[in-house]
Amino acid sequence: MTGPLTIFDRPNSHIGKSVPRPDANRLLQGRGKFVDDIQLPRMLHAAFVRSPVAHGRIENMDVSQARAFPGVMAVYTGADLVAHVEPYVGVLDHLAGLRSPPQMPMAVDVVRWTGEPLVMVVATSRAIAEDAAALIEVEIDELPPVTDMERALDVDAPVIHEQYGSNLAWERTVEAGDPDAAFARADVTVVERQFRFGRHTGVTLESRAAVVEYDPSENMLTFWYSGQAPHMMQFILAKHLGLPEENVRVVSQDVGGSFGIKIHTYGDEIATAAAARILGRPVKFVADRLESFLTDIHARDHVVDGRIAVTADGKIAALAFEDITGIGPYSMYPRTSAIEANQVLNLTGAAYTLENYRARARVVFQNKNLMSQYRAVGHPIAMVVADGLLEDAAHEIGMDVVEIRRRNLIRDDAYPSTTATGLKLDDLSHHKTLDRLVAVMDYDARRAEHAHLRDAGIYRGIGLVSMVEITNPSPMFYGIGGAPIASQDGTTIRLEAGGAIHVSSSVTEQGQGTNTILAQIAAGVFGVAMDRVKVTTGDTRSTPYGGGTWASRGAGIGGEATLQAAFALKQQVLVVAATILQSSPDGLDIVDGQIVDIGSDGGGGGGGKSASVRMSLSDLARTVYYRGNELPSDLTPELIATRHYRVTDVPFVFTNAAMAAEVEVDPDTGFVKILNFWAVEDCGRVINPDLVDGQIRGGVVQGIGGAFYEECLYSEDGQLENATMADYLVPMAFEMPDIIVEHVETPTRTSVLGAKGAGEAGTGGSPAALMNAVNDALRPLGASIHQMPMTPERILKALGTV
Amino acid sequence: MQETRTISLSVNGEPSTIAVPVRQNLVDFLRDTLGLTGSHVGCEHGVCGACTLEVNGAMVRGCLMLAVQADGAEVITVEGLADSGRGADLRQAFIDRNALQCGFCTPGMLASALEYVERGGSSERSAIREHLSGNYCRCTGYQSVVDAVCDVIDGRAQS
Repeated sequence: MTGPLTIFDRPNSHIGKSVPRPDANRLLQGRGKFVDDIQLPRMLHAAFVRSPVAHGRIENMDVSQARAFPGVMAVYTGADLVAHVEPYVGVLDHLAGLRSPPQMPMAVDVVRWTGEPLVMVVATSRAIAEDAAALIEVEIDELPPVTDMERALDVDAPVIHEQYGSNLAWERTVEAGDPDAAFARADVTVVERQFRFGRHTGVTLESRAAVVEYDPSENMLTFWYSGQAPHMMQFILAKHLGLPEENVRVVSQDVGGSFGIKIHTYGDEIATAAAARILGRPVKFVADRLESFLTDIHARDHVVDGRIAVTADGKIAALAFEDITGIGPYSMYPRTSAIEANQVLNLTGAAYTLENYRARARVVFQNKNLMSQYRAVGHPIAMVVADGLLEDAAHEIGMDVVEIRRRNLIRDDAYPSTTATGLKLDDLSHHKTLDRLVAVMDYDARRAEHAHLRDAGIYRGIGLVSMVEITNPSPMFYGIGGAPIASQDGTTIRLEAGGAIHVSSSVTEQGQGTNTILAQIAAGVFGVAMDRVKVTTGDTRSTPYGGGTWASRGAGIGGEATLQAAFALKQQVLVVAATILQSSPDGLDIVDGQIVDIGSDGGGGGGGKSASVRMSLSDLARTVYYRGNELPSDLTPELIATRHYRVTDVPFVFTNAAMAAEVEVDPDTGFVKILNFWAVEDCGRVINPDLVDGQIRGGVVQGIGGAFYEECLYSEDGQLENATMADYLVPMAFEMPDIIVEHVETPTRTSVLGAKGAGEAGTGGSPAALMNAVNDALRPLGASIHQMPMTPERILKALGTV
Repeated sequence: MQETRTISLSVNGEPSTIAVPVRQNLVDFLRDTLGLTGSHVGCEHGVCGACTLEVNGAMVRGCLMLAVQADGAEVITVEGLADSGRGADLRQAFIDRNALQCGFCTPGMLASALEYVERGGSSERSAIREHLSGNYCRCTGYQSVVDAVCDVIDGRAQS
């Protein structure tokens, strides 16, 4: 570990302050640059014909009328692209046994989900492309679809990929201790529940989009993309289109929401790139909302049979479950569709001391849209199962749900520790966050009030969750399995001639404020004001290599790289300044854009009261850049520094949070009103409180969506029946509560910065707290619900009303 | 299919007379023909509110109105609001409260919030939330947007 530990105390440090986002005004004035805003000369537009059925053999496709339609430049079927695109396979080495067949951008002979791309029409406008697409006649000989994942492994179920002999894609079992013996003990109470999690999806407000330009004179492909991982996409496009990697440039400017949706390989986007290359003209594809619902990856879709054994004094004796999850007909490329199930195995019960644990996950193919990583991968399932079982068990043995947590949460002074599955945990604060939560929400008073209200026929409930979140992943997450997904990130900082600095980093901005926190760190560590920092992210041509922003890694990994680069640049500048000023680098500092002497009582942190200004950064930079004749010939200043950072000793940097929901259930209608939500979280060092709070609140609300509203409803024959925004419900302003967020800061010792991630805690934790709260409200009525979303209809069914 | 009709309208105070496809909606016309890409297209069926803009003083969904229907109209987009300074306090409040993340819903959210503020809406949070219920935001959880609107209403009341 290198770097100065005094950076957080520097008088001009911005770390820990709610600095406003410098890029907000641009977005507020309508000057954002989203992919669909790009218009290039001679640009064409793509539209797709998609499979109307879930499973079937393509018998014939008549594209002749479309090809002849005025304004249509090209029509491609899946077969037409075979010569242009190398198929891709969504497996990784470290997920032993995972299988998935090669996939093409558009179906070639068999369609396997409703919405799978079949034909691409490229025309002079999107409207013309759609007109022509409507003239394409497709004959498909329907095959029996497999939609119900719980029946996908039945011996008589149709097999989607015959070569595998079954619809099993992957299976993993983990075991620790002796769960059978623990469940058989005479002194334990065993609670069993089945949990059902519906499919939902990201519903990014900006749909997936790509503009692809190919310049045949230089064999150069530029891909403007709405996404999170530019370097990953650069590798994928190069490999599967057969281009040298350096001849592919991926640019990600403003991204209108992502949440893990825009980090995968989508056939329509690859086909768009192929078309641009074949035609030598720019091609734009923007998914419409129907296409988004049909093809943006879906998430969750789990059924978990779980049980817990607790002793009379509330100690967890054992936890066990079986999880089955449906992933559609392929494992998504390149991250796979097995990571979520794997995380469920890794994370369930990870907040608690757990000696006896067994879990099995089975990942099955089905004829629905592909399922893959979405915000808080696996977390809501893991937290609902563990904390749902724990709260139900607490009630069985007559113990308060806070008390049972206190008896089982890993002690704050017991770190480093490990989970039952062997993952290393460090720097967590479950007890501290729980204590703070209980105080903030006035837990005891609220409980008493609820008991009182119940006598008046008002059914309120409180539910909690104590959660962990996986952040700052190391190479053990994807790189070890062979994926072109970097766990390291790099930042380059350059001193500008005017005395400002330019930060260029491989992490990306999707609205969370990544660029702002990079600027805060760079400005504070280096020593300039916030308005003297410019930030570039999202361009493979001009940023260092790195993974991008996902898995809550932008601040923790990109931030640390930026801190180290800022420190390195500062050292360079001080050496140059010392030479010019005939001083020593140790005697100088940079404060507010000026080289200053560190005064004898300045405390070494810069900005001491006797610090005197020696020269401006601008003077220094202009001397170096324009008047090198004034420098000694053996001084060869760079004034640019690059540092990369990756997490090394642990697979992930875990964070933790304690959250609580207060709800009121109307037993007559089944409607639930969320009265309050509290989140006390520990993401280590908080770089920008407003931005972290924004992540937590937005995350909680996405969790509320999954818990109460959002569900991709498929018919038995595999039709997505609610693929419009009017039919697929998402959280809107009126129903949402104000969310109280508090922080405990336990910096991670894996970095100087000490920041962990915060992007997924809300989404990962809130469903468990909400389900527990609803069940707390329903308990006096003798009802319970363990299925999400918890719709009014399902609550009325739980009550026996309907 | 490609039938056009010539319309005359004012967009952000700038007059235009231009032939538009009769089937083209207003927001596509503004974005694709006039290059005013500040209004965003989120759902194309009037649900998400990202394309909310002002036509003849009323906030409308740019995806539910045809361009030909705007013949003779005065249209104000998010770019026009910025250029004229109208709603500057609201934009500043969005910055101060971090009431935007990805910024895709923001032009429409601003338009709806401005409509509420300008017609004298109260600073009661549930009333603000109800008014903004036609604008989808996937990032913020809405709380910071409500905070920003409250700040502006309180600020305008004091000035």
